[in-house]
Parts: sequence; C-alpha cells; structure tokens
Amino acid sequence: MKQRIGVYICHCGGNISDYVDVEELGKMFHKEENVVVSKDVMFACADSNQKDMVADIQANNLDAIVVCSCSPKLHLHTFKNVAARAGLNPSNYVQVNIREQCSWPHSDRPREATVKAAGLIRAGINRVSFSESLENIELTVKKSALVIGAGVSGMKAAIDLARSGNEVFLIEKDFFVGGRIAQKQTLFPTNQNGKEVVAALYNEMKKFPNITIFTGATVEKVSGSLGNFTVDIKVKPRYINPNADKKAVKRAMDECPVSVHDDFNLGLVERKAIYKNYPEALPDVPLVVAEALKDAEDFTGKFASTLNLKEEEQTLSLIAGSVLVTTGYDHYQPKEGEYGYKTISNVVTLPELNRLMEMNPDKLVYNGKQIKSLAFIYCVGSRQTKGDNKYCSRQCCTSTIHTSLQLKEKYKDIQTYHLYRDIRTYGKQELMYAESSKQGDLYFKYEEKEMPVVSVDGKSTIVKVKDYLTAKKEMEIEADLVVLVTGMVAREDATTISELFKIPIGRDKFFNEIHPKLKPVETVIKGVYIGGTCQGPKNVSESVQSSLAGASKITALLKSGTVSVDPIIARINADACTWCGKCSDVCDYTAIKEILFGEKHVATVNKAVCTGCGICAPVCPENAIEVAQYTDNEIESMIDGFMMDFDIKEKGAGEVVEVEEEGKVGMKEYPLVWREILAGMTDEKNTIPEIVANSKLASELVTFHLMTMNRYGVVVPAGMDAKETYYYYKRK
Amino acid sequence: MSTPINQSPATKSPKILVFSTDKISDPGIDQAGLRKIHYAPSVYVISLPCSSGIKPKWIMHALENGFDGVFIAADGHECSYSSRCADHTNTIVETSQELMKAKNINPRRVRMAALCSVCAEPFMSHMENYGKILASLED
Repeated sequence: MKQRIGVYICHCGGNISDYVDVEELGKMFHKEENVVVSKDVMFACADSNQKDMVADIQANNLDAIVVCSCSPKLHLHTFKNVAARAGLNPSNYVQVNIREQCSWPHSDRPREATVKAAGLIRAGINRVSFSESLENIELTVKKSALVIGAGVSGMKAAIDLARSGNEVFLIEKDFFVGGRIAQKQTLFPTNQNGKEVVAALYNEMKKFPNITIFTGATVEKVSGSLGNFTVDIKVKPRYINPNADKKAVKRAMDECPVSVHDDFNLGLVERKAIYKNYPEALPDVPLVVAEALKDAEDFTGKFASTLNLKEEEQTLSLIAGSVLVTTGYDHYQPKEGEYGYKTISNVVTLPELNRLMEMNPDKLVYNGKQIKSLAFIYCVGSRQTKGDNKYCSRQCCTSTIHTSLQLKEKYKDIQTYHLYRDIRTYGKQELMYAESSKQGDLYFKYEEKEMPVVSVDGKSTIVKVKDYLTAKKEMEIEADLVVLVTGMVAREDATTISELFKIPIGRDKFFNEIHPKLKPVETVIKGVYIGGTCQGPKNVSESVQSSLAGASKITALLKSGTVSVDPIIARINADACTWCGKCSDVCDYTAIKEILFGEKHVATVNKAVCTGCGICAPVCPENAIEVAQYTDNEIESMIDGFMMDFDIKEKGAGEVVEVEEEGKVGMKEYPLVWREILAGMTDEKNTIPEIVANSKLASELVTFHLMTMNRYGVVVPAGMDAKETYYYYKRK
Repeated sequence: MSTPINQSPATKSPKILVFSTDKISDPGIDQAGLRKIHYAPSVYVISLPCSSGIKPKWIMHALENGFDGVFIAADGHECSYSSRCADHTNTIVETSQELMKAKNINPRRVRMAALCSVCAEPFMSHMENYGKILASLED
C-alpha cells in the first residue's frame, strides 16, 4: 500500500474550475490519510507545474501520484514521464479524468460535478494505493522483417526497410510480383502504366542484397513473438529447370498445346499452361501448370530438359523480428443476376473493362461487337444498407471517371453514362470529375431505394434509372456495355492470415488497426503491422503511405536490437490455479500455456505475446488471473471510492474570490504566475506584449492565464489598441 | 485512508457504474463531455482494455455496495483484441445475472450495449434510458 501520495487537481484554466470547486477539493484531500501533498494547480501539464511536481516528489519522498485533470488519452504519458524524471516508477501514477467525464458533461450542475469529482479523485487515490512498481519487459529483437504481399505497398515497404539496414523477406502468393497494380493500364494522376511501376520497384529491390523475394509462397505456420517470430512458408514449384536455356523456355511457352483459365485477365480469355501474367512480368521466369500438362506427353517429352515436372514444393523457416502484412484486397464479385451480371451477356465489372481496354488497343470490342456507349453503375457491392459491405470503397468513383477519360482518349467516338449515388472524388481527383463533365459524360443520380434496372429489349440492353437530378424522372439508357463499378472486399484468405498471426478482423472483414487515428498501422499483436488495402479500401497513394508508415515503425522497433514492452499483461496466481484450460481456450493469441509447477499443472503467460486484454481473467473459476493495473484490489477500491459521499459546501451565486491589489492576503492563494502578471501591471492600460515584456514569463503562459482571469475578477478586457491587434487589460 | 461518509449528494438519479474500454467506448464518452452533452453526474466510469475482461465479481461488488446499475459499454464488433468480444462480454453479463439472481438482485441491474469511439449522443441516450429503467425497479 502506498503511504506517501501526491494529489494534483487541475483548474485547466477554467475548463474544470469553472464548474468544479478544485480549490475546495485540494484542501479536502490534503487532510486524507496517506496523502502528503494535495494541490490545486492552474495547468497541471504546464512545464512549470511539471517541474514543481518533480520537486515535490523528491522533496516529500512521494511513493505515488494522482493527477486529476483531462482524459488520460491526452496526458497519461506526460505525467508518467514526470514520475520517471522524479525517480518514481511510472506505474505508481494514476490519472483521473475530471474534465471530459466530469466538469464538461456536468457543467449544468456545478455542485454535483464537484461531488462527483471528489468521488473520482477518491477512487484514484484508492487505486494508486494498490499500484505496484512494474518494470517494462525487455525483449531482444532480430533485425529482420517479413513483408507479406509483393504488391506496390509491400514492395515499397521492403525497399524502405532494406535501405534502413534490415534483412527483409518479401513473400508473394502469386508467382509474379506487382499485385493488382499490374492490372492497371494507367494510373491517376501520372498516367504511368502499372506494369512500369512494378518493373521499377522490382529493379530497385534487386539492388538490395538484403531483400529476399519468395514468389508462389504462402505462410503455413507462425510461432514466436515480437522480436523473434518464426514463420514457416511453403514455396510452390515453378516446374522450370533453373538451368534451362532462356530461348528453350520461350519456345516451350509458344508451343504449349494446352490452355488454362487466365486469372490475370479475370477469365476474359485463356492463357497457355506455361505462362507469365503478362510478357514483362517479374521475376522473368514462367510458371508451368503441371496438372494441365499431364496428358501432353509429346510436348513435355520434347521439353524434358527445360521443364522439371518432378520439382517439389519447399518449406522454409524464416526468423523475423517484425511482420508487415500488405496482402491487398479482392474485387467485389457481383452475384449472378445482380444488374444482369452473368445473365445478360454485355454486363461486365470495372476491373474486367480495364482488362478489355488493354487487350483492345484500337477498337473496344466485346462479344464481337464494337462498343460505342457504356453505362457505369456505381456502388455495386459498396454502401449496402442491408448487405454485408456497408462501407464506401473510396477509390471506385475516381477509378471509373479516370477510366471514362481514358476511354474517350483511346477510342474517341464513345459515350459514357454514369449512374451514381454520390460522387466521391476527394482532393485533387475532383479536377478529373470536372474534366469528365466537360467532355460530355452524362451523370444520373440514383438512390439505393430505387436502384437502376438492367434489362434486354430485343438486341438492345436498356438501363432504367430514376434520376434524382431531374425530379426523379425515369430515364432509359441504351448501352452497348453495362459496367458494374465494383468495390474492394477483404481477400478471401484474410481469415487464414488473421488466424496465423492473430490479427483481429473488423466487421467489414478487413484487418483492424488499434486506432484509426492514433495507431493506424499497429495491430494489437506486438510487432505485427498492417499496410495498404488489407486494412480497408485505399487508393494506390494511400496504400503506399500506410505501408511506409508500417515500415518506419518496424525500423524504429528493430533499430536498437532490444524492445521494451508494456508490462500491463495477465498473470497467474499459481497457488490458486488448478489448470482447467478455460483461460487458454479463450485467448486468441495462444499466450497461455500449461506448465508443471511443483507437482501440479498450472497456466503460465507468455509475456511477449500477451496483449493485456484480460479476456482470460473472468473465465477463471478460481479467480487466479489478474491483469496488472486492473487487479481486483484496484478496481474494487475504485468502486468503493465512487460510493463515498462528501460534504461539500455550495458556493453562493456570484461568490467568487476577487483580488483588488497584489500583496493582499488573498493573493497568496494564487499561483505564482498570476502574482507576477499582476505585479507587472501598471495603472495604465496594458497590452499582452507589454505584460510579457515586463515579466519573465513565457508569452503562451501569460496568454493562457489572461484567458481565465475573468473568472476570478482579477483583470478584465478594456479594449483594443490602435491597430486593433491586442486586447488591453486592466486590473479590477 | 477512508473518508467519512456524510450526507448524500443532492442527486436523485440512480447511480450507474459504466465499464468502458480504453480504445473504443471511453473516447466516445469523452466526446460527450467535449461536446458538453449532459448526462447525470451519478454516472461513474471505469475504463478497461477490453469489455471481455470485466469480472462478474466486480459487477457484484458495485451492486452490493450501493450502485443501482452497471452498464457495460462494450466494444462489440469494433474490438481490436478479439472478433469474439461481443460473445465473451455477453457471457460475462449472463454469469453476472446468475450471481445476481442468487442474491435477489434484479438482473436488469446489469446491461450491455456496444458503444463506438464517437458515440457521444448514444451514450447520453443510454444513460438517460437506463437511468429511467433503474429508477422504476423495485427488485
């Protein structure tokens, strides 16, 4: 139990003290047993107060501190650092939120807010009394990173990681690098060819001897934890003799008599059973679909020295200090009959149109018919109120309009119709929307409750839409090709990766970061980061930004060779534990194992793996599990603290402390900064710069204090200067 | 270290203990404050890493020591720790209700609802509605 506790109650200017009587609380808790210091302070977070706190802790030999101020989300680490600077273990610090969860939501009831604040502070003191001095867990880390997925995000991250001196393993499920970007003929806004971008990144990677690329590789097993993951990967064979003559390989590709489904072109055409995704695909070694050639004995016999059909898959173990997952996305696949997909012959998806455009350099032809008009239906598989995909895929509006511009540039005489719900061409992409409108693309706005209908009328395909831009008038559009603008969905194998690495998945089935703003590439699994579209819909630029953020995080993590991990984890009371296995069953991270403790079997926690979520604690029938800083004593004593009642006098209306002159007794109650400001004021009007010039205080500090002085009636604004720049202040 | 219990504060609203979560629901409750959305001052919040880590004995401790109700502001599907969080938390509620029945405490004195990191108004509504329900209970 802590016996020398310091309590600091913050005015936060007037944010707290306008509603909560912090001065009264400061005095009240000063009388508490075990509370050695109790102060109300104007700004707890101000440098000057932090210095005072350090001095207090050292002078009074405090063994714990409680700061009652804003949300811990803002200043938890500020005050933990104060504790550390004063030589106090940061775990012996508790922050009590009397602003966001007291003074502000109860600003309508100041007295009750003060009573509540007293309970919150009492709970904080109770909690810190039971606080333990915890030490961070130090782990040794391997200076190597595993990047999963060699799309544009993964390749950029691999280059950055390698440039920072890390050993990098880049694994790709496909046999060629590049991911989805290789399927894009042109990219907005540079109009670069996707394949050129892939080639540039691949060639850049080849300059780094510390990058090892595995294609046709999948993750099979993961063990270990932050700093020392062991990842078993399976590398599938290419069935090409590595010593084969390149010309012979080329001949084998040309002469291959068997065709297979062409995934790269989304099944629009077939490809040879010895293929590359496209002629320039990298690595520059084709893949053989051995199963398809099993009956082509004459062919395989002819190329016996080129092909190696007996090649076997390999399993390798990689050791990595950290992991970056950049596995990308899948296209939403419309259901059969959805807007006529697969039931009406000239209905395709946007990705399919992109492939068609690349395969048709001069005239856009589909099913033997030249395409002169296209109707795009937006938001297919996105923003479904009743379906699974409630999110917006963000990039499809831009991608469609960019495609529309490319269509007119490439094929000239072509008309496009856009049936949209809302156009979301944010940022610079808006310019493209304007360009599309200027070139004559026609836009029709529909609502989800009245979706467009695609039907066949003789040889024509008709799209009916109720256009909200023209008073819901029903339009009929005859189109040679109907294009469904499909969004992004999580990859089919995302669940497998999630299970292997224990990465949580959101309702949208994409991987979940810890916090979208504050920890956007971190997962709750220490050492595992996410980047690119495996996290949710993004365009290329945003994907690369997030994967590079992940790479930077990993570089910082691996840099020193050791890493310090938060000690807030679960722990087992081995004496109480009877090993029933329930804790292990609910742990998604396999952090709990059974061990022999003396002569009995008990649970033990892997400190490097445990996330401190506490899911294991409530299921223990023996109550043998606690999470550090969330122990029974700490939580139950907080509840006891809330329940205490406090006799707090209500101040009469208008009863505020006024100080008319410096030097009077009341002045001594005010912080030093105010006294200095007031002492520096003359009888003449003062401006802020004058006050600052006449004092030794930092200008920001003065400004903060002046902002809150009215509450105390110390100074009041008296007008502006000739340039109307600064407020004058005068002493009241 | 105890403070003497004096007279009760001038609040008639039921006393509610809210278990929130550090990354999801607590920021939502903070936002209610930030936006000066008012709710009863008899609402007290304890933030934890995950709603699946709440022990039924803590709920019982609160109810047996003067709280009128316990509200679990669960992470639901947004939980960054476990996709099964809603199920785990639901089990905690059910276990607690069994313990409550054994002690003649109305099971409605524990309640669970998912609350997101920007759910300021929903939090206020939950507190208002739950406060009314608790006020009407006679066990």
